[in-house]
Amino acid sequence: MNSEIALFLIQDGLTNGAIYALLALALVLVFAVTRVIFIPQGEFVAYGALTLASLQLGKLPGTAWLLLAAGMAVAIVESVQALRFGAVRRIPAVIFTYIIIPGSLFCLAWWAAPQKPALTLQVLLALLLVVPLGPMVYRLAYQPLANASVLVLLIISVAVHFAMTGLGLVFFGAEGSRTPAFSDAHWKLGVLTISGQSLWVIGTSLALIVALLLFFEHTIYGKALRATAINRVGARLVGVSPAMAGKLSFTLAALIGALSGVLIAPITTIYYDSGFLVGLKGFVGAIVGGLVSYPIAAAGALLVGLLEAYASFWASAYKEVIVFTLIIPVLVWRSLTTHHIEEDEE
Amino acid sequence: MSALLEVRGLCVAYGKVEAVHQAALRVEEGRIVTVIGPNGAGKTTLLAALMGMLPARGSVSYAGKDIARIEPEQRVSRGLCLVPERRELFAAMTVEDNLVLGAFHRYRKSDPTIGADFKQVYQLFPRLQERRRQLAGTLSGGERQMLALGRALMSRPRLLMLDEPSLGLAPLIVRDIFRVIGGLRESGVSILLVEQNARAALQVADYGYVLETGEIAVEGPSADLVSDPRVIESYLGLVSGGAG
Ligand SMILES: Nc1ncnc2c1ncn2[C@@H]1O[C@H](COP(=O)(O)OP(=O)(O)OP(=O)(O)O)[C@@H](O)[C@H]1O
Ligand SMILES: [Mg+2]
Repeated sequence: MNSEIALFLIQDGLTNGAIYALLALALVLVFAVTRVIFIPQGEFVAYGALTLASLQLGKLPGTAWLLLAAGMAVAIVESVQALRFGAVRRIPAVIFTYIIIPGSLFCLAWWAAPQKPALTLQVLLALLLVVPLGPMVYRLAYQPLANASVLVLLIISVAVHFAMTGLGLVFFGAEGSRTPAFSDAHWKLGVLTISGQSLWVIGTSLALIVALLLFFEHTIYGKALRATAINRVGARLVGVSPAMAGKLSFTLAALIGALSGVLIAPITTIYYDSGFLVGLKGFVGAIVGGLVSYPIAAAGALLVGLLEAYASFWASAYKEVIVFTLIIPVLVWRSLTTHHIEEDEE
Repeated sequence: MSALLEVRGLCVAYGKVEAVHQAALRVEEGRIVTVIGPNGAGKTTLLAALMGMLPARGSVSYAGKDIARIEPEQRVSRGLCLVPERRELFAAMTVEDNLVLGAFHRYRKSDPTIGADFKQVYQLFPRLQERRRQLAGTLSGGERQMLALGRALMSRPRLLMLDEPSLGLAPLIVRDIFRVIGGLRESGVSILLVEQNARAALQVADYGYVLETGEIAVEGPSADLVSDPRVIESYLGLVSGGAG
């Protein structure tokens, strides 16, 4: 292998690694706040990519229908609950949030899709259609059992993953799609050619990571999420409800997932079920960080990206195997180095 | 005068074991009411149930409204606040962030007076200001108590429930804490105080209840309780001012 290829593989690895890093961060966030291992993360990636692809064809994306349906379901659940607790006054707000808003987004997509707006507007529209699904999924699938054990929550995750993959098939069909690159620019840097698309991916990922950092350090909601992750009882006592924290963390995870999908769509062909493998690679990164450390999770995900790039060069038939085998040494290493620090929690 | 908090027939159980049985108590606006009792009497359980952290039977009315079925978070935003026995601070966050989170429900309503309350809490506990960038988990025991109280004050409570605020503190700091509690009444906060240190508690309180094995055994104005032979024998007797 010459240095040109090596550099190319590094660029390729870092580009994919940046996306895995985003996904790894989202997994750590969701686990810290809700104790949910968020397997359906990958479905949000696929939904993001496929929604953008539909918009580029000038078609109304299937997610618009899905959003309507999920909103309706949440509205029913919330209204029944409100009636049971005699809180009828909450119902107008529920109808507004879960029927009027998704309805307006649906109309917006219906109107805008055939006009093929500029790429940035398409991306924005795709995010608007996919991201609200995050808190809705939390409300429907996880919130009723929010206090269950990690294992039960994991089983729910598996179920949600299969449900969302199935819905993906229904709403997007079985064909894969690939969107055009954000930028066709190329720069020559010595022997290396840097593609504009790589810069887009890495730049957006970095920007999102910085934005998340600022959110957690400097906003009251970011602090509330950290507080919930550190001490649930304490968080409730200052008025941070676990349901609010859960919905917020799922919103962020859905945003990260959908945006990753948008970024990855021009790099690989995405099918309704492609998200799972992508999410799983983020998951390997998150496991490197023990599902608790954000920086180690991000570093682990970059490592996964690099490993994948080199594996696909040396032994492309085995590339997935090689990547997922990484989990074994990582688990061994973690089980040898982790000392269980007992924190006075719950 | 109508009561700010009125509890009737409150029963709290852990599984089948009832820890609080048919408790009834009132806290009038602007008063300090104390609940004393031996270890395991159910005092902590009682406060947790009043905060909505434990399921309970019975009626709890607060500020004229039945709150028995609302969530703890909503109780917080109505001015009910609990400093729990275990403090439940955010150990991996700074002192200042802990205080900020104390005012969480007020940030949601964009309350402009939060800044003034920061000043006030730092004035009350200058130690917290010195250590505001330190992680809460690295504070000393006494500093932690101050932070727990400070965090509660940041929510601007109307009824503050304190579970053993003097737990594990040196006598001098205990005196400080009780002075703060007395001062809070002056500023219109009503207080429900659970204490092992019965002498100090009865000194600062207007009214007291004695809880024994989950039931209210004796109640009365503090002045009467201090001279009640049963109370003297069990709670004020030989231990003068020390935690039981
Ligand atoms: N989570 C729990 N599960 C089962 N029993 C409990 C639980 N918490 C408390 N208890 C029991 O309930 C009873 C009352 O406990 P509680 O903590 O309310 O007492 P306390 O009056 O606060 O005591 P102390 O003065 O020691 O703090 C005790 O017998 C205790 O063992
Ligand atoms: Mg107690």
